[in-house]
Amino acid sequence: MLLEIKGLVKRYKDVTAVDGISFSIKEGSCFGLLGQNGAGKTTTVEMIEDIITPTEGTILFKGKPRDRDFREKIGIQFQHTELLAFLTVNDTLRTFARFYKNPLPVEEVSRLCLLDSIGRQMNDRISGGQKQRLLLGLALINDPDLLFLDEPSTGLDPLARQHMWKIIRGVKEQGKSIVLTTHSMEEAQILCDDIIIMDKGRIIAQGSPGTLIEQHCHDDGEPRNLETVFLNLTGRHLRA
Amino acid sequence: MNLKRMWAVLVSRNYEFLRDRAAFGWNFLFPFLIVAGFALVFGNDNRAQFKVGVFPVAPETAVESLELPDRFKETLYLDLIYFDSFDQALDRLSHHKIDILIKNSSRPWQYWISDTSPKGYVAEKIFRESTVPLEAFDELLRKEAITTVQIRYIDWLFPGILGMNMMFSALYGVGFVIVRYRKNGVLKRLKATPVTALEYLTAQMLSRVFLILFTVVIVWVGCDLIFDFHTQGSVFDAVVVFAMGGIALSSMGLLIAARGTSEEVANGLINFISWPMMFLSEVWFSLEGAPGWIQTIAGFLPLTRMLSAIREILNDGATLAQVGPDLLFLGVVSLACLLAASWLFSWTK
Repeated sequence: MLLEIKGLVKRYKDVTAVDGISFSIKEGSCFGLLGQNGAGKTTTVEMIEDIITPTEGTILFKGKPRDRDFREKIGIQFQHTELLAFLTVNDTLRTFARFYKNPLPVEEVSRLCLLDSIGRQMNDRISGGQKQRLLLGLALINDPDLLFLDEPSTGLDPLARQHMWKIIRGVKEQGKSIVLTTHSMEEAQILCDDIIIMDKGRIIAQGSPGTLIEQHCHDDGEPRNLETVFLNLTGRHLRA
Repeated sequence: MNLKRMWAVLVSRNYEFLRDRAAFGWNFLFPFLIVAGFALVFGNDNRAQFKVGVFPVAPETAVESLELPDRFKETLYLDLIYFDSFDQALDRLSHHKIDILIKNSSRPWQYWISDTSPKGYVAEKIFRESTVPLEAFDELLRKEAITTVQIRYIDWLFPGILGMNMMFSALYGVGFVIVRYRKNGVLKRLKATPVTALEYLTAQMLSRVFLILFTVVIVWVGCDLIFDFHTQGSVFDAVVVFAMGGIALSSMGLLIAARGTSEEVANGLINFISWPMMFLSEVWFSLEGAPGWIQTIAGFLPLTRMLSAIREILNDGATLAQVGPDLLFLGVVSLACLLAASWLFSWTK
């Protein structure tokens, strides 16, 4: 197993954001976390990423507790990240490349994420889609074993989304593992091998997309897809 | 400490500063404007020290034709202001716009002062002394004049202006920026990389010191062309002290920004630190004669120690060894603030 998570808990004063969840992620797989807003997905992922500290629980990476070298082996694309305004796209890639021991050539990442044509543009002058591609490029710059993607296709037009998925599939084909947090059921169904669905800080369903559809879609004419699974499990009414 | 990572942060921060033309330009323009303004207002070191109202005197009257004691008319640093009427002159005296009022007439000379005005008190002494023949003092006093190198106000003031500019640049340029980066998620993204807090903070500090020194040198050369500063010591030594002061002040900025996401709180903290330094660190005026406890507090402020050392070098010709205690103090403050900031540092909200 690449990642083993056991009894993970995160409490903020009176609120329990993540409530004792356990799961594991296989090497070379794309693992999806689904859930409504506030379900605890981002908190879970940020604990695994070592951005926030768990209240309780164990996280093992390749069978061992994470050490300082962990950050050399992971790449992260956060959902909301501001970039330094007065740096160009190329400067930003170069700066991040220098943070790592064995980075990929900047030109290679730039080509992969279709950033060649905007390399000399300032970060605050690029479009939303271009920014998403740059953030993915930064996550890939150290040639990570494990890639965390938080809502990677949010705000992208259909063409840009297809391209983003193509890149993610390409990364997976290289044998790398991906943890994907998304609200897009289509994205999860297309990209993920295994999925957990979270609600109120707990895991309410776990399995491959096919297994989840098999287990949670009824034979009463409703569409047989992950969106139906999600709605059947988490409810069809908006929560306060 | 990984120097490659630290260097990468430093270079990117320098790019940011150099490409932000508005901030970059203001950093150079501001000290020029301040120095030019003060040179205009206070630049004449032979300016009058006392304002003497004389009435009734018509405008454009020659000083020689006044009916005042000859020795008084020859006294330096007096600004004689003529009034047509007594009422008008008395009004100026009561509002402390003049220090003494004298009637333009033959003996006995009549004069008015405000008994609450310290300058009026001294002006009265000068006036009374001028009415006594000079020979009267010969048996009482013996004058011993010395020749000194003149230190103009602008020569004394200029390091203070540079120091103040450095202080604001260091505190706001480091402290404010880091709080903003924490707030908008830039630091969170960096936390996901192998960069450590010490590497990041050291890079921020060194970047700011580099930019401060760059600014100091440009502004110094520019102002020197205009004001022709008189320096006694080594300019290189002064730059070394500026660098040490920049490191100490930037480290204080790092400590302020070690935690928190509120720019308002950071602004308040920076004001809390910078305003006392601006008034107690002899930026504008000397604290000579101020109460002992104020001088003691001032002695613990990094800006005081930096300006004291720079003025000793530039105005008095001191060497780096002679200002060693000040440099040591700045070094200790820098190290303490940098380590404390690294220990307290938070990448996220």
